[in-house]
Amino acid sequence: MSDAPITTRNLDHFFGTGDARKQAIFDINLDIARGSLTILMGPSGSGKTTLLTLIGCLRDVKDGQVRVLGHELNGASEAVLVGLRRRLGFIFQAHNLHESLTATQNVTMGLQVHGRGDAVKQRKAAHHVLDLLGLADRRDYLPGNLSGGQKQRVAVARALVSNPEIILADEPTAALDKESGHTVVQMLKSLGKARGITTVMVTHDPRILEMADRIITLEDGRIISDELK
Amino acid sequence: MSRLLTLLFGRLPIGWLQLTHSRGRFFAAVAGVAFANLLVFMQLGIMGALNGSTVAPYAMLNADIILSSEDGNTLTDDGHIARARMYQALGVAGVIDATPLFVGNLPFTLEDGSAVSLLSFGVDVTKPQFSTPAIAPKLGQLTLESTALLDEGTRGMPAEVIDDLMDGVRFEFETGGNTLTAIGTMEVGGGFLADGMMIMSDQTFLRVFPSRTSGAPNHILVRTADGVAVETVVARLKDALPSGNLRIQSMEASAANDLAYMATERPTGIIFGFGVFMGILVGLVIVYQVLSTDVADHLREYATFKAMGYGQPFFLGIVFEEAIVLAVFGFIPGFFVSMGLYAGLVSVTGLPVEMDASRAILVFLGTLAACSLSGAIATRRLANADPAELF
Repeated sequence: MSDAPITTRNLDHFFGTGDARKQAIFDINLDIARGSLTILMGPSGSGKTTLLTLIGCLRDVKDGQVRVLGHELNGASEAVLVGLRRRLGFIFQAHNLHESLTATQNVTMGLQVHGRGDAVKQRKAAHHVLDLLGLADRRDYLPGNLSGGQKQRVAVARALVSNPEIILADEPTAALDKESGHTVVQMLKSLGKARGITTVMVTHDPRILEMADRIITLEDGRIISDELK
Repeated sequence: MSRLLTLLFGRLPIGWLQLTHSRGRFFAAVAGVAFANLLVFMQLGIMGALNGSTVAPYAMLNADIILSSEDGNTLTDDGHIARARMYQALGVAGVIDATPLFVGNLPFTLEDGSAVSLLSFGVDVTKPQFSTPAIAPKLGQLTLESTALLDEGTRGMPAEVIDDLMDGVRFEFETGGNTLTAIGTMEVGGGFLADGMMIMSDQTFLRVFPSRTSGAPNHILVRTADGVAVETVVARLKDALPSGNLRIQSMEASAANDLAYMATERPTGIIFGFGVFMGILVGLVIVYQVLSTDVADHLREYATFKAMGYGQPFFLGIVFEEAIVLAVFGFIPGFFVSMGLYAGLVSVTGLPVEMDASRAILVFLGTLAACSLSGAIATRRLANADPAELF
């Protein structure tokens, strides 16, 4: 396998057992380069989300190989998977912010997963990322008092604050206006260039396709096009 | 509070923030735990009063060993023992003195028509050494015919009667066709078996209870010689006296057995014990409901944290943090409301319902344990937080 941060070989994945067994993805072979912004496209049920969750160590790899940050996931222990997830950043379509934590506290959770730290430094780091995303005046707001776009930006800040090596994003711009969406993707792209952060993003948003380094299209669980830009 | 908990845990106090985010639900949960605490405190308080009133008569007596009939289960039960046993006991090495003790329940009606029952003790007033120092000096006055010392804490007794008695004014009353005169007071307190206590000479006792005979007291009290172990004398008495229908035990053992009997064999003890169990059960159910609902409501957030790399100990920490918060915040109002109810109960019933530190600590630790147990059960729901479902 290559030394790319994400590689897959002969990757198949099934859901269910017996007569209910259904194959979701077929023979996926990928090498995703460090610092790149890769977009996964395809219709609903095409397998792109399944692929994202397999790369994200959120599902067990049953058939084939997935190597993330140098670790083979097939047969990896729970401890290895948890350790790897700490090196990833997740951005979900639904922001999934904790309703009882302020924007700053939600972002801080992205740091505290690495253990006890200096609370003041953590808060400063959270403020820095929130400020970059245009939320300086919303730091102490609870999610209930933020708009959909603001919540999504807090979720992005939470994913970015710990300087992850890979960011996995599912429709991160769906709730954002054009300008905010552009800002977020531009930030991900800049981080890729500056720090080598690799981003894999599922999206249907045509506004950001032009910013991708690579667009992979799946259909019925198979890669039908793989376009480098 | 958040900052304190952040310092304490070294992380955001998510459990605390989660609980207090919905104030209405938080107060309802705290009220539930407080209510469970209240139930337990009240049951323990009444059970404590039962225990206290069971052993209260022992506080009047100053003896080392008690000889009783197997027919009676406690000090105040109706069981008789042959007076001859007292003379036999006096012949055993280590016994320096012995005296009979008569016990009976004496009902009488006050001027306002209310009925009062007095647990009456007949003692040999020429042997004050068998009474506590507070009572012993007053026994000499009881050599007068039909006189008695009345319990200051007698339930239902008009306060002015007690006040007069303490000022030296005698109180005369009729019971069972006899006239008795209370000439002084003692401090024991009412209980479950009677409204108060009364102490009189054995001669007066036999007059008031004509069916009783001097040859068959309820108990024989024994004092042992200094330097001789009480248990040694108990063993000697058991060897020397006929074993049939006779129970020989130290005063401490007798009091402990009375307590055990009242707690485990009398319906009252069982009922209050069951009440404590019910209180704990109510608390468990309330806390479990609160915590499991809370876990279910935050499954998506927990799944997100799982995806971020938080492990099971982190989630268990949140649930146990919530359990501890509920335990502490529920205990405080439960404790203070119970104190108020204890005071009310004492004023209405005269029962010795008291909040002691050991009970408060016990209930607090029990609350912590029950909340933690509920939390542990509620954590099973965490398994449903699947981060793969977030995408």
